[in-house]
Amino acid sequence: MARANLVGALAFLALAAAAPSLPPWLVSLATIAFANALVVLGLMVLWRAGLVSFGQALYYAIGAYCVALLSRFAGITDAFLMLLAGGAAAAITAFLVGTLLARYREIFFAMLSLAVSMILYGTLVKTESLGSTDGFNVPPATFLGYAPHGGVLGLWLFWVVLGTCAIAAILVSAYFRSVAGALAVPVRDNEIRVEFLGLSVNRLIHLKLIIAGALGGFGGALAALAIGHVDPNMAYWTTSGGFVFVTILAGAASVAAAFVGSLGFELVRSFAVDVLPGTWQIILGSVLLVTILFLPEGLGSIFLRLRRSEARTP
Amino acid sequence: MLTALAIFTDGLVYAAYLFVVAIGLTLIFGVMKILNVAHGAFYAFGAYGAATAVGIYFDRGLPVAGGFLLMVLAAMAMGLLLGLVLERGVLRLVYGKDEVIVVLVTYAAFLILEDVIILVWGPGTYAAYQPLVAAGSIAVGNLVLSGYDIGLVAFAAILAACATWALKRTRYGRLLTVVIFDRETAAAFGINVTLVYTVTFLLGAMLGAIGGAVMAPKIAVTLGIGVEVIVLAFAVVAIGGMGSIEGALIGALIVGLCRAAAVHLVPQLELFVIYAVMALVLVFRPYGLIARAQPRRI
Amino acid sequence: MTSILAVRGLEKTFGNVVAARDISLEVPPQQTAGIIGANGAGKTTFVNMITGHLRPSKGSIAFEDRDITGLPSRAITRLGISRSFQVAQIFPSLSVLDNLCAAAAIAHGSDRILGCAITALRSPRTLAEAEALIELFQIARFRDSRAITLPQGVRKLLDIGMAMASWPRLLLLDEPTSGISIEEKFDIMDVVMAALRSRKITVLFVEHDMEIVARFAERVLAFYDGTLIADGTPDKALSDPRVQLLIGGAKQKLAVLPRAADA
Repeated sequence: MARANLVGALAFLALAAAAPSLPPWLVSLATIAFANALVVLGLMVLWRAGLVSFGQALYYAIGAYCVALLSRFAGITDAFLMLLAGGAAAAITAFLVGTLLARYREIFFAMLSLAVSMILYGTLVKTESLGSTDGFNVPPATFLGYAPHGGVLGLWLFWVVLGTCAIAAILVSAYFRSVAGALAVPVRDNEIRVEFLGLSVNRLIHLKLIIAGALGGFGGALAALAIGHVDPNMAYWTTSGGFVFVTILAGAASVAAAFVGSLGFELVRSFAVDVLPGTWQIILGSVLLVTILFLPEGLGSIFLRLRRSEARTP
Repeated sequence: MLTALAIFTDGLVYAAYLFVVAIGLTLIFGVMKILNVAHGAFYAFGAYGAATAVGIYFDRGLPVAGGFLLMVLAAMAMGLLLGLVLERGVLRLVYGKDEVIVVLVTYAAFLILEDVIILVWGPGTYAAYQPLVAAGSIAVGNLVLSGYDIGLVAFAAILAACATWALKRTRYGRLLTVVIFDRETAAAFGINVTLVYTVTFLLGAMLGAIGGAVMAPKIAVTLGIGVEVIVLAFAVVAIGGMGSIEGALIGALIVGLCRAAAVHLVPQLELFVIYAVMALVLVFRPYGLIARAQPRRI
Repeated sequence: MTSILAVRGLEKTFGNVVAARDISLEVPPQQTAGIIGANGAGKTTFVNMITGHLRPSKGSIAFEDRDITGLPSRAITRLGISRSFQVAQIFPSLSVLDNLCAAAAIAHGSDRILGCAITALRSPRTLAEAEALIELFQIARFRDSRAITLPQGVRKLLDIGMAMASWPRLLLLDEPTSGISIEEKFDIMDVVMAALRSRKITVLFVEHDMEIVARFAERVLAFYDGTLIADGTPDKALSDPRVQLLIGGAKQKLAVLPRAADA
């Protein structure tokens, strides 16, 4: 376990160090990919307990719009401040929504989470002051007073995203090893039994919803800074669907898979949109189908199998 | 007063269209316990198919009724083809697996089919307004009602009546009801459940496509109509009760009237109100308004 | 404390169906009582009400002189009542050890969810508890097997073991030997009863097999149509003519055996 953490930490450091020598489009793509990976990490927390949320775009959009509103109407441009604000706003929303949502499972959970995210979408689309369907732009971020431009801005955003991801990865890994995190599987297997052993499953799930919501908010906030623009589509169900897609691909076993999967997804998506514009959803859908049918534990299971086979060989 | 009447008629028309779209979805869920995201693709294919049919048929001086018939037939053909490919090709592989897994499989199929539309019809917009114009309009007091809309409401009503009658009175309908309640027992009694599943899925697909066909003259047939409609259909089915035809009717009426009220009174709430109602209903009745009692588990 | 469990006038209706009617009884500490009755007689409903899965329509339940009527199951578990299930409720994808660790972790863990977010599942404490239970139920050779692969008898033992992780003072067993072959029933019950007695636990067990009831119970509670029709020692209750007529008793069963021996 400690070894996986070390490898992960090294990977993050390597990426951070390599960034200035990489082409700006790649840095930009990786920034967005890792911001989205935070949302996927949140979905993983839920997926392990057997829950699939088709409404994480709610928190993504809250994080993003929080950033956009602060910079547009309050003149705040500090990336760290906006990041924390976006995450906090999403966490509070998750707490409130979770009091309701924690009572539902399976299809009904998926549908209710979808409905709540569509409520936000419906509200954003019809709100003129927020630009309705066009959304509006986000001014460039500053970093504790430092205001870079161009390529350097891109680098700093990347480093902030990397740092956030590293912290999130450590915290979520620790959570998975804790009782609350480890009970996800028993809850998925047999919820009634967990209740009869003395634990409130609804409260456990409520905690998971808050964690997933907060991660979604941080992801959205970072995405808004990276893209420089927010629009209601960030709350649309297809955005939620995209996050679910990467989660299935990555599987629930390995935290690293969220980042690798998200990066892979963004790379394939931009490649496919460039080279095979009319068919990239066909590719996406097919990959999803193949993963579900033949690799139900996701790509993360490959990591796990590698780790287990290492443990066995002397 | 006029506003109230306008809300009522608008709501009824919208409800009619929602019902035609949602009945296939609820049927498939009721029998197969599958929440079919690809239903949005059935709708889209139906709309595009109808638009193509309209383009071929209308403006040639041929009888109008034939045009309507052609639209419906084109839709049914689309539904049949897609339904077969999806059910026999893909769904067959995931029967019995976790409900959520099956939803994800239908979502994957939906993504693929969305691109197939671009491959076949391209990214442009199709207009199929001729049937709308051909149906004329009727003036009722100060209100002008489109003949097409009236026909749509009548069609939905007839469909609801037929579906309810078919389920309760015909042999196939009763077989379906048995399978809805308990698949294993039905199989143990010798009912060919696989066949029932296939036929049901094809029926649901055709109904979804017909939903698209009847809407084609009223909308701009372009990319993304499937994506929009599937969430609305979910809302209808979730409110009414998944697997229930009466539920689909009630859900459609509620959503239709709420939306019409919003459009006329507070337009900014148009989308908000639909999903707010859905969330509200799910809070008090997670299984929908027309729900069946759940058996004891331990 | 005179009785560990005191039930007065307990009743449960589901719409028009009266599943339990006017049930009153008192159980002294460390007694082992068998609950018998035909299917649908209200035995599991009774167990579900005591353990908080169902709220009684009328009446009261007191545990160690404290009113627990209508409390949710997890509160009742925390107060010292546990149960096992007719169909063993275990965690199929975890190993036997992890099943017991999870049970121990929940039992000894914090009531606060946030406390759960910090402690580990396989801590020294939960491991010790899990190993102790494995030894108590003699299932050491299944320690690392995934629960889904276990034979029925071991599943039931695991189920009971998980219920014991919280060191309950009252344990309700819902058909502990159901689904287990006749040869194994007595052995399994021997292990279970020895384990329970070693921890001084009061036991109420639901059983259909009258021989098991006659052998292991100090007292028999007979249910019929939602009410108690007999309450006494096995000899008295099982030879009660009403019990023999409505539920079937040891006498009927023995009547079958000589004939088989004759043939």
